[in-house]
Amino acid sequence: MIVGGIDVVTLISMLMVASTPVLLAATGELVAEKSGVLNLGVEGMMIVGAVAGFAAAVTTGSPVLGFAGGALAGAAMAALFALLTQVFLSNQTATGLALTLFGLGLSALVGKPFEGVRPPPTGKVPFGPLSDIPMLGRILFSHDWVVYLSLALVAAVWGMLKYSRAGLILRAVGENHDAAHALGYRVIAVRFAALAFGGALAGLGGAYLSLIRVPQWTEGMTAGAGWIALAIVVFASWRAGRVLIGAYLFGGITALQLQLQAAGYAIPVHLLTMAPYVLTIVVLVVLSALHRHGAQAAPAALGRSFHASN
Amino acid sequence: MTGTLLKIDGLTKAYPGVVANDGVGFSVAPGEVHALLGENGAGKSTLVKMIYGLVKPDAGTMEFRGAPYTPAEPRAARATGVAMVFQHFSLFEALNVAENVALGMENPPPMRDLAARIREISHAYGLPLDPDRLVGDLSAGERQRVEIVRCLLQDPKLLIMDEPTSVLTPQEVEILFRTLRKLSSEGTAILYISHKLEEIRALCDGATILRGGKVVGSCIPRDKTARELAEMMVGGTFAETRRGGRTPGAPVLVVKDLSLPPMSQFGPALKHVDLTLRAGEILGIGGVAGNGQEELLATLSGEVPSADETVILKGEEASHLGPNERRARGLLSAPEERLGHAAVPAMSLTENTLLTGTIRKPLTKKGFIDMGAARAFAEEIIRAFDVRTPGPHVAARALSGGNLQKYVIGREVLQAPDVLIVNQPTWGVDAAAAASIRQALIDLAARGAGVIVISQDLDELMEIADNFCALYEGRLSAPRPVEGLSLDEIGLMLGGAQGMTEAQIEIQPEALA
Repeated sequence: MIVGGIDVVTLISMLMVASTPVLLAATGELVAEKSGVLNLGVEGMMIVGAVAGFAAAVTTGSPVLGFAGGALAGAAMAALFALLTQVFLSNQTATGLALTLFGLGLSALVGKPFEGVRPPPTGKVPFGPLSDIPMLGRILFSHDWVVYLSLALVAAVWGMLKYSRAGLILRAVGENHDAAHALGYRVIAVRFAALAFGGALAGLGGAYLSLIRVPQWTEGMTAGAGWIALAIVVFASWRAGRVLIGAYLFGGITALQLQLQAAGYAIPVHLLTMAPYVLTIVVLVVLSALHRHGAQAAPAALGRSFHASN
Repeated sequence: MTGTLLKIDGLTKAYPGVVANDGVGFSVAPGEVHALLGENGAGKSTLVKMIYGLVKPDAGTMEFRGAPYTPAEPRAARATGVAMVFQHFSLFEALNVAENVALGMENPPPMRDLAARIREISHAYGLPLDPDRLVGDLSAGERQRVEIVRCLLQDPKLLIMDEPTSVLTPQEVEILFRTLRKLSSEGTAILYISHKLEEIRALCDGATILRGGKVVGSCIPRDKTARELAEMMVGGTFAETRRGGRTPGAPVLVVKDLSLPPMSQFGPALKHVDLTLRAGEILGIGGVAGNGQEELLATLSGEVPSADETVILKGEEASHLGPNERRARGLLSAPEERLGHAAVPAMSLTENTLLTGTIRKPLTKKGFIDMGAARAFAEEIIRAFDVRTPGPHVAARALSGGNLQKYVIGREVLQAPDVLIVNQPTWGVDAAAAASIRQALIDLAARGAGVIVISQDLDELMEIADNFCALYEGRLSAPRPVEGLSLDEIGLMLGGAQGMTEAQIEIQPEALA
């Protein structure tokens, strides 16, 4: 199906791949922020995940081990952030920014020997006859396993936050850490776990960029995807379902502008490249403004340091 | 009431620089309502935190039902049968009632069953609650019900209540007491912490009195007068405030149809507030916390500007003026939050005088700070208001709550305001310091200033105010002369004109039966 020189089926199929890194990172950050910690280091965790995943995959020859390595590296970065902000009570904003700068520098250093190398390919999930269904087959059943994993994770996070006891405790810690502490919950342990989970997903998202989406290693290749993930969490009013919408919107416009470029439209390349960032933010701002609960949805203890002194 | 439920012996807890509890011992019988009495810093909170497993004692033993009891964490305490209702509620505003209750339980049943049990228990004890409502939308009294129901669902043997009535209207206190008596008659012991001596006399079977971390006595509260109890707490006698004669003069502050949108997420809006304050008058504004007190102080002090022609100061329109412009015209204020709002915690007392004092006192010279003058003013405050501190170089946060409060009130009073507005002037302040602060406010009014005292302590308002208004959900009632006003009438004013509280009270007896 072709509209205005653009193949819609390819577009939608591309959209899911283009969205996955941001979706993973935003889902992770959602969990971290729900626990009351603002980690601005998503970009840093993503890029370290990208380089670590790439290195692990190239060295072992296994993309699965690569993704595991990316997630571990992201979680390690998050653990560093958690140690600084939760144990040593450093300022969360400053520490998060430092984590991003640190991640960008570290990844450039580690990644030098891997420039120009091709990673082992990740195959599509074999759905058999399902992938032969016209249109739907290509849109839904022609992807690699990480795309499906990311969707499963969004659903799992949504269900956990809404229905499970663990999710209730996580929300409670993010709402009022003093009260949670008074009731006997381990605020710092909960936040450590939430941050580590967030870091692992950011790392996974980074690894997806370098192993599947691009696929190669270049310095600074996350190009602000981590920041977009942060913005999506805020404008999605801390809800998993809207995070999915925000991420797919970003991915969709990214895919669209690539197609527009390929179709030879006379729009300046810079405007097209800029479009996903601008439009995602504009749409999400409008959505959260229409939905007046936007600001109120923030976890009440977000960004506040906790110390069990009283 | 036979045997011993909880027995405490030689409990000691030291923090750097202070021994919070020093060899504390007492015991509680099943079904007994036992009061812990003491001034701020006497060690009551530390003691109950040890019983609830939040703090580990350095030395000493506890026994619960004859067995050694060493709770490592609140979970263990709850499992043993000890439950606690906190002074500052341990609730989550963005979660609903059922979720809040579930968080306080070890093995909560599925949400639907829990909601049914909350309905059932809360009605059985005369504390009706809707499990699906957001806690942020509840009143202070309803929030406390959530805490109590959370405890009751676990069938506690000992219920600890830390200052439970400080945020309740008299009617809500009455409901609470009925619930507590019912619990006590069913064999649940209650450990009750409060400053309010009349309440303790009405409710408690026994009392242990703490001073400076040590047990200094025990008594049966019914057999003592409130004054005797207070003197046991303080360890001496203290002066009663002298009211003195005052004659109200011309209006100094007039507020007309003042409305203000909410300042915070769950905060109230001010709705059509009218008031007139005369020179030499003390106007008491009562109300349960969160009904617009902070908002009212913020608009009157100038922190939040209001619509034109709503605030008229000494006959002149002042609605658009900021705090410093109002100070220049003689209106000063002292907000409720001492640390962080009235004073900067990390700054010295000298520096803190500069925050509000530069307009009316010559503390600056040609735009530069005159440190000598600021220090002299700080020393004057410390002297005149008996602030216990090594000197004006001490950081505000190093002062105890009562001393800092004396300092904050003194800083404003000594600037000779024509209008002074204070919110909760004696909150968390010990009896002696509270008496001296009240006396200072009375003296200020006697010199011809108009004073607005916003307070949740009704006894305080009865003691010092000439006229009384109630603030309820952002509306201010018409003023009533304090003389001849009964506590029941005040309670109804505090519950709003809609008669909601009366309706609830009428339901209670049936629910209890």
